[in-house]
Amino acid sequence: MNRNLSLFLTFLKIGAFTFGGGYAMIPLISHELVEKKKWITEEEMINMIAIAESTPGVIAVNSATFVGYKIGKFWGSLLATLGVVLPSLAVIIVVALFFEDFLAIPIVANAFRGIRAGVIVLIISACVKLYKFSPKTVIGYSLMAIGLFVSLFVEFRYLSFLLILFGLVVGIGSQMIIRKVRGDKQ
Amino acid sequence: MIYFELFYVFFSIGLFTIGGGYAMIPMIEDQVVSRGWLSMEELMNFFAIAESTPGPFAVNTATLVGFDQGGILGAIVATASVILPSFIIILIIARFITNFLKYEKVQWALNGIKSIIVGMIAAVIVNLIFQNVFGGAFEMQSFDFVALGIMAVILGLRLFFKKLNPIFLIILSGILGILFYHFWPM
Repeated sequence: MNRNLSLFLTFLKIGAFTFGGGYAMIPLISHELVEKKKWITEEEMINMIAIAESTPGVIAVNSATFVGYKIGKFWGSLLATLGVVLPSLAVIIVVALFFEDFLAIPIVANAFRGIRAGVIVLIISACVKLYKFSPKTVIGYSLMAIGLFVSLFVEFRYLSFLLILFGLVVGIGSQMIIRKVRGDKQ
Repeated sequence: MIYFELFYVFFSIGLFTIGGGYAMIPMIEDQVVSRGWLSMEELMNFFAIAESTPGPFAVNTATLVGFDQGGILGAIVATASVILPSFIIILIIARFITNFLKYEKVQWALNGIKSIIVGMIAAVIVNLIFQNVFGGAFEMQSFDFVALGIMAVILGLRLFFKKLNPIFLIILSGILGILFYHFWPM
């Protein structure tokens, strides 16, 4: 099958089953594109997601565009983006057209309660994957702890932006200092 | 014209938020409520639907608000507008990143970003478990054993059958939700 068509269909599938946004999508991308199709490596995927997270916009869309570009340049990114968005567009329009109060249907509400619990596990695997590719250094662990506790206890509109910026600055700054100290010793 | 207004509102939401869907909530509130498109309560309902339908949260919210204001065309315009900034920005980044990645400083920055994101996702997981398993309070009555059970089943399957498709796990969580919340509630 044509690679771009296959990319489109894969992201259509990913879009249809992504509940809860960007992070929950990581195991799906990993299963379809890293393990099954082997179009990208796991490390490439993790790097792309880290970049997608630090640029403006919807993380899930950023990731789809990025992975799509890597696999099929411009058309790849366009098809991956369309693929990831079309299912939600269709589902939402159908919901808005036909269900006055969609979540008031008990069986639907209960299915989603179950899905919300299951998706937590998928987000845990996304977190573990990202951890695997993060530096296991004192600075790395400190940044993880800061990210966790600051997000838990501080509420501020631009928090995620500031935290990512902090990670970037500390990431570069700490290495430069380490270099400098080692250089001085020699 | 409403379509231009929808374009303006959702394009700027897509352009000026970093950190994904939930970081967009305050900005969506500002724009949508101040324009008199929706009351705060209506918007909260939209957020609830957006969260429990497949697809990225921000995209779903855009589709719902667009549909509410301008029918199917409004939904398409709002959705396209919220993803357009992501698409353009990522295309530009993706075009150059392969060259950037060889620079040491870019790797350092990426390492810092990955570490901080591990912490941020961990915080999301803690919050999700608090909301969905503990029911938002540290009390015995609100503790949701079914949610904990579903998480345990999905986690077990993911650990022992690594090749299992995550989509299957999402469907299974929905089925378990229907069975144990709807038909045989504890």
